[in-house]
Amino acid sequence: MIHIDITKKLHGDQGNMLLQCNFHIKKGEFLALSGKSGSGKTTLLRILAGLENAQGEITVARKRWLHEKNSLPPQKREIGFVFQEYALFDNMTIEQNLLYVANDKRLAQHLLEMTELSEMKKRYPHALSGGQKQRVSICRALMKRPKILLLDEPLSALDVSMRTKLQNELLSLHKEFQITTIMVSHDPSEIYHLASRVVVLQNGKITNDGRVTDVLLKQQGSQKFSFQGELLEIKKVDVIFIGVVAIGQQLVEVVLSNYEAASLHVGEKITLSTKAFHPTITN
Amino acid sequence: MNFEPFILSFKLAGLTAFILFCLALPLAWYLSETRSHTKPFIEALTALPIVLPPSVLGFYILWALSYNSPLGAFFEDTFGIKLVFSFTGLVIASCLYSFPFMLQPLQNGFETLNKNMLEASYIAGKSKLTTLFKVALPNMKPALITAIIITFAHTVGEFGVVLMVGGSIPGETKVASVAIYEMVEIMDYEAAHIYSAIMLGLSFIILLSVYIFNARQNRRFGL
Repeated sequence: MIHIDITKKLHGDQGNMLLQCNFHIKKGEFLALSGKSGSGKTTLLRILAGLENAQGEITVARKRWLHEKNSLPPQKREIGFVFQEYALFDNMTIEQNLLYVANDKRLAQHLLEMTELSEMKKRYPHALSGGQKQRVSICRALMKRPKILLLDEPLSALDVSMRTKLQNELLSLHKEFQITTIMVSHDPSEIYHLASRVVVLQNGKITNDGRVTDVLLKQQGSQKFSFQGELLEIKKVDVIFIGVVAIGQQLVEVVLSNYEAASLHVGEKITLSTKAFHPTITN
Repeated sequence: MNFEPFILSFKLAGLTAFILFCLALPLAWYLSETRSHTKPFIEALTALPIVLPPSVLGFYILWALSYNSPLGAFFEDTFGIKLVFSFTGLVIASCLYSFPFMLQPLQNGFETLNKNMLEASYIAGKSKLTTLFKVALPNMKPALITAIIITFAHTVGEFGVVLMVGGSIPGETKVASVAIYEMVEIMDYEAAHIYSAIMLGLSFIILLSVYIFNARQNRRFGL
């Protein structure tokens, strides 16, 4: 349904780089765009939205959005866009934010009820929490009944419990509206939870593309607990060395051998893994 | 007590603020969006009245608007309007003199707007014009108020340019600042005191209301 084949020169913090992508997206698919920051994910999303120009071609449902010098303006592309920092219209109430996009009171009411916001529809954005603002932003993006929903790290500014709640809401909204969705994210659990396919970008090129389970699990080897972390400190306690490792939000202490303590450096990115035969699972 | 100079001052300032708002708004919007190489030139050119001595500006305006210049001759021959030593000439001079005071707060207001908010409006299918009036302007009220009030106040407060271009014709070009200058010259200190006190009081109240309004707006949006 969507065909993307674009190139664009980028001036990133690591010098110049060429964003070069060529891939298809099926109708109704939930695709995650992953990769390190500065790899061109957000730019790709903005090119799709028509907010930035690029060379190449974008075809959506046989309609040309980008072809050589002709670029369809964002106004005419049928998309919804959710910005990382919400970007709500501060001068309008929640309800007005939605109705500004399309004067469809029933749809607005329905979306606000689905996201438990109907009580607050007369409030202004500055009176809402981050999670509430992002829900409004998602509702607003759906008001135009878009063909494609673009999400730019929509949940990264929120705390963990709010993130899980919003992931569930996004999932049920995706089920109900069946909109082809592209989400920029570098949170593996979020991608696993929401997406059916993941495309990994590195330095502007696609390095991996496939089913979420294949791509995410392959990186970490098989039948192992494996975590990426950062070594924060190496302590000597009596006769052994203990390393403090940050894995996501969690700090872990591990015993290091003399050889490991000598060869590892504080601040390094490391992989922490173990064979897991009898893991204890609690909730 | 003759209040005609004050009325003239406010009439001039109100008209100048209105004309400049209409002229500066599109230019400020353009400057905030453009990446063109001409931007610094336009910015420097429009900021000139801030640094130039009023006498230099007054001299050039006088020279450009007088009957000896093509522009002045054209206006007088075709419309019968005399541009120097007339109220019309004062309005033109004030517009040139106060331009940066309207342009800069507006441009600043546009530049500090959340760009994603404007993009969200475009994606919602709204044109640039709709976005300007429904999203951009309502979200930069402090900049709007500052631009209009400061331009108004700055025009009321101008003296050098007005004196050079307008002279001191009662009811036509004799604004409050010029009237005070003349009172001091003829040593009518009592009238000068009264006029000056009125100017001082009004200017303070205008500035105070701008700062109070902006503080309230910032509190409202939690800035």
